[in-house]
Amino acid sequence: MSKYLLNKFLFTVDRDPGLVERYRNEPQATVEWWEAEEANRILNCISDERSTWLKFDDVERDALASHDYVKLFELGAHPFLALTLFIAMFERDHEPLGFQKEYALRLAHFEMPYPDIAT
Amino acid sequence: MATVCAVIASTHHPFYYRASTATGADRPPFADEWVSKILAFRETLTRANPDVLVMVGSDHFHQLWLDNMPQFLIGKAPFYDANWYNEEREFGLPRMTLAGQEDLSAHLLRNGLDSGFDLAFSNELRVDHSITCPIITLRPEADLPIVPIYTNIFAPPLPQPKRFIQLGQAVRAMIESWPENLRVAVIGTGHLSLELGGPRQFGEHGPDPEFDRRAVDWIANGDFDGCLSQVTLDSLHLPGNATHGFMDFMLMMGVAGENSKADYVDTLDLFHTMEAYFTWYPEGSLA
Repeated sequence: MSKYLLNKFLFTVDRDPGLVERYRNEPQATVEWWEAEEANRILNCISDERSTWLKFDDVERDALASHDYVKLFELGAHPFLALTLFIAMFERDHEPLGFQKEYALRLAHFEMPYPDIAT
Repeated sequence: MATVCAVIASTHHPFYYRASTATGADRPPFADEWVSKILAFRETLTRANPDVLVMVGSDHFHQLWLDNMPQFLIGKAPFYDANWYNEEREFGLPRMTLAGQEDLSAHLLRNGLDSGFDLAFSNELRVDHSITCPIITLRPEADLPIVPIYTNIFAPPLPQPKRFIQLGQAVRAMIESWPENLRVAVIGTGHLSLELGGPRQFGEHGPDPEFDRRAVDWIANGDFDGCLSQVTLDSLHLPGNATHGFMDFMLMMGVAGENSKADYVDTLDLFHTMEAYFTWYPEGSLA
């Protein structure tokens, strides 16, 4: 399990306007492309100097490919990264604050302590 | 020697800019009261007549990332570009460029390293809304050079709460040993109880008003012992999953000094979170 890699996906997509739209519109294809091409890219290194070992497990890959932010919370993905990216993708489909409140409601079954987010 | 002319602790609410500039039907009902409180708060900085601003904040996964995460970092650069695409997108924040005060950055880095704080540094730092929100609220002219100090309140493992207070105390002493006859205001921003990306987010008020009440009392009274006896890295999860940002308030309480009562205290209950504003005048009350 790699909370780090989940966060890396959320982080690198959220900061790129083109990727935000691509992930909104084609989640499964975007996750597959990202895992193949981007997961092992070290962000401040040239592309020849990549990591060799980073990959999602099936549960993580499915959570991202299905936009399942409830599962991402359960897996310990960083809640700020997830919230920011999902607001960027889906706030536009709701009345003001409607998406944020629905997001909270869908997480309402979680009790303290929440899943650990340490990486 | 330099003078610490004001110590200011504030929440950094990224919605303020949009709320305060909105007109007509877009203007939220709480905007007028919020603007009025911010204008009064701004006056507490203006009155101190600062030459330089030391700005304490926390990068929200913009430039600092999990492959190389510093706990405490000081910017040392002639300029700091500011705000990011996703802050423009979500909050409507404008892009800015702030001048740096490199001599003070170098002084804080050298003296911090020599006094027990192994500070990281950055010579090219794009700062985010934790720094620009207080520029917008307190010094919208953005005309003073800054020294940014970033803390990690975001990516565990985090430093202990007491280290934030100790760093604040060290920053105060180091500024006062800077051999320049300049007036330095120290401005830091954080949160009271706050939930982001969890089930208690975006409620009618902050997720834990009782924590907020105690937190305002600790900070307003410089109550190091009371605060440290009730605040731990574990306990900060309880009031809301982003409440570790309160440790930046603790840092500012450290700058102000133990048992130092704030000269100015104000709060504003908003949906989602409570705003809190504190100013201390180390030279004596200008309030």
